[in-house]
Amino acid sequence: MHTAGVGLLDRLHKLRGQVPDDDIAGRTQALVVRGNEFAMRVARWLYRNYFRASAFGIEHVPATGRVLFVANHAGQLPFDALVICAACFLEPPTPRLVRSMVEYFVPTVPFASYLFARWGQITGTPENCRRLLAAEEAVLVFPEGARGISKSFARRYQLGEFGTGFMRLALEMRAPIVPIAVIGAEEQAPAVNIKPLARLLGAPSFPVVPYPPFVPLVPLPVKYRLYFGEPMTMTGDPDDDDDVLDEKARIVKSRIQSMIHVGLREREHVFW
Amino acid sequence: MFRAGEVDALIHLGVMHDPRARPAEIYSWNITGTTKLLEYCQAYRVPKVVLLSSANVYGPRPDNPQFLTEDAPLLAAQRFPQMRDLVEIDHLVSTFLWRAQGVETVILRPVHIVGPVHNAPSNYLRIPRPPVLLGFDPMVQLIHYQDTADAIVAALAPGRRGIYNIVGPGEVPLSAVLRELGREPVQIPHPVARPILSLAFRLGISSFPVAELDFIRYVCMVDGRRAGAELGFRPRFGLRETIHAVDEPA
Repeated sequence: MHTAGVGLLDRLHKLRGQVPDDDIAGRTQALVVRGNEFAMRVARWLYRNYFRASAFGIEHVPATGRVLFVANHAGQLPFDALVICAACFLEPPTPRLVRSMVEYFVPTVPFASYLFARWGQITGTPENCRRLLAAEEAVLVFPEGARGISKSFARRYQLGEFGTGFMRLALEMRAPIVPIAVIGAEEQAPAVNIKPLARLLGAPSFPVVPYPPFVPLVPLPVKYRLYFGEPMTMTGDPDDDDDVLDEKARIVKSRIQSMIHVGLREREHVFW
Repeated sequence: MFRAGEVDALIHLGVMHDPRARPAEIYSWNITGTTKLLEYCQAYRVPKVVLLSSANVYGPRPDNPQFLTEDAPLLAAQRFPQMRDLVEIDHLVSTFLWRAQGVETVILRPVHIVGPVHNAPSNYLRIPRPPVLLGFDPMVQLIHYQDTADAIVAALAPGRRGIYNIVGPGEVPLSAVLRELGREPVQIPHPVARPILSLAFRLGISSFPVAELDFIRYVCMVDGRRAGAELGFRPRFGLRETIHAVDEPA
């Protein structure tokens, strides 16, 4: 599937155009591209060698135009986002740079605060999402949010509550929704959440795993399987009542849930 | 002065912000002063009022969108008691904008103004070894002081009223600005930066209130498209000229 001879930097330049190197803004942009290239190298290694990810239905990723990717969220650290971004960048004939909507907590964390932003992963405010979709970008959202990523091992593959924010934005911006089921992330860090410690640190969660170093900094080398579903075009009034939007959000949720069931049935083992 | 008549425009630049002065004194100067001025403007039919506010009224916050528009709430005072006066003056003049229909009121919210002037961003950029927070490098927007003057001139043109963000020549990471100026930043972990700065401020070594640390931690960037479209404002100075303006002789 990988086009031989097309380097990562070529793929980046294809997306961003050639970068001028003569003024400060251009130099900064060049630095960002180089940073992105490094990040993509790491992501590619994780995607191909560590998680040995396979992506199904990659043809459902539109080559151009605005799109809202909606996926299930799990695994304590957002490696699921990384794997989705890597798949959309490496697998289709035309690479797509995915812009994830990041938790509000991230800009308060040293290094993650600016590195995520430089890699194109942006704080998940409705304004940011609107702006990116208007610029015909591909935006990734996890409607389960922090509750999804920090859910305990016992509740794996059970989708949490979906917010209605993503649905309002999809309707308002007339963006097609591509549902994604991620299989594997739920087992990368079998954790329980120590709530008092989380409250003490002001973090959304404090996960603990039953092996050293007891905090899930390094994910287990699970095998990732991504299922991209057919694009869904939702219609309706974005300012409708919460109940109406809730129902629409539930259609997307149940699509993802059934894709998860298929994925789990097809999988033979967690690690291969 | 008002009674003598023939005041063509009031340009309010007098938001007093002195971290060392007594808060009560500043407050009364700022708020009572502005209220009085606006009353006079209405009574003596001054056709134009321009307030030089600041993009800082939105406040640097972790949950800020990448670019704030003019409708974003003014939340700076939540974390910065020192910003309360500016936010309140901005609100006073906003209300005046809708209430006094006969007066063309313009509020300008420029990003960090830099030049041979003594405001916080220029002072900070002149420090040879400025403190930065380890692991934080927000994108910043700067504007040349003369571009700010141009924006005021644009606001004075008849027929223009409203609230406008005023943006300079683009966004850059703070680290790129400091590199361009040849500064050597000192990396400080953010949990210890607060106590250190608070001590330095009390001892009189530093003139930066602790809350201003958020400006080198979180983004506070604005969208200047409205001023471009409606005021026809474009910055004259490029990024390099704007950054180096801090080292110009006063």
